[in-house]
Amino acid sequence: MDAVAQWRNQWFDYTQYLRREGFLDDQFAQLKKLQDENSPDFVVEVVSLFFQDSEKLFNNMAGALEQNVVNFKQVDAYVHQFKGSSAWIGAFRLKNVCINFRNFCEAQNLEGCLRCLQQLQQESSALKNKLENLFRLEQQIVAAGGSIPMME
Amino acid sequence: MGLAAAEAHQFHVLAVDDSIIDRKLIERLLKTSSYQVTAVDSGSKALEFLGLHEQDDQGAADIPSLSPDNHHQEVEVNLIITDYCMPGMTGYDLLRKIKESNVLKDIPVVIMSSENEPSRINRCLEEGAQEFFLKPVQLSDVNKLRPHMLKGRSSVDMEDQPNFNKKGHGTNTSS
Repeated sequence: MDAVAQWRNQWFDYTQYLRREGFLDDQFAQLKKLQDENSPDFVVEVVSLFFQDSEKLFNNMAGALEQNVVNFKQVDAYVHQFKGSSAWIGAFRLKNVCINFRNFCEAQNLEGCLRCLQQLQQESSALKNKLENLFRLEQQIVAAGGSIPMME
Repeated sequence: MGLAAAEAHQFHVLAVDDSIIDRKLIERLLKTSSYQVTAVDSGSKALEFLGLHEQDDQGAADIPSLSPDNHHQEVEVNLIITDYCMPGMTGYDLLRKIKESNVLKDIPVVIMSSENEPSRINRCLEEGAQEFFLKPVQLSDVNKLRPHMLKGRSSVDMEDQPNFNKKGHGTNTSS
């Protein structure tokens, strides 16, 4: 029981940290609610899909920004798509970078766009890392015989 | 089809979205609410699934024909939920095609969008959409779908039904 309590405490601290720092928002808790005995790996599946999809989108954005004549509308479309996906998993910081990115697209500001793309890649990488940590904690709780707490 | 059989039958929702993540989420949201779900990635695939063929569309030459008779509704669909922003046929285009079809026009349509644009919302509602959901869609939104579900529809050849051209949900005589 001690081990479970320990892991659960760590889980609480970690989720609070993620919320506080803006890595995740309320939407992530909503996502967790969709996970149940019928779909026990749902959150992990969605998150994996998200990161796979974002790799593709980042490549598309980079490609579009490399053109001699940049099609900012096309770049904006990719960012819009990515923003939508980020919103689904509660990736608060990523969403915010997307907002800036779209503004730069509208202003046809190439440098701004390139900076935002870089930021997206960095933030994405960081979020992936954090979520892997979170999932590992959850695995520890389950392995110790406990159940994963609800997200407030 | 008797009423007992119809009630035991789960409601079937057709979900349309070009984004794989959105499809996965919508599907899960709907299944959590005990709906049967078919998810497709485009408006044209949706129409194909519904048994309608875009003969008048110039770009749709290669859609394989599922049924020889284009007035025959293939499967029972109680509600359609579609993304607004899709390449090719938008959710709005899809909504219009459904409302223009004698066979499909009674199927309720719900539109989803990540953009909160009043003009867009109004356009869809005016065209006959039942609801407009802002993404990310919540369980509380999905709970609003129940009263809109098309009841009393059976998967038979609609041309055999004496009432099939009538508006409303009246093909089941018992209530």
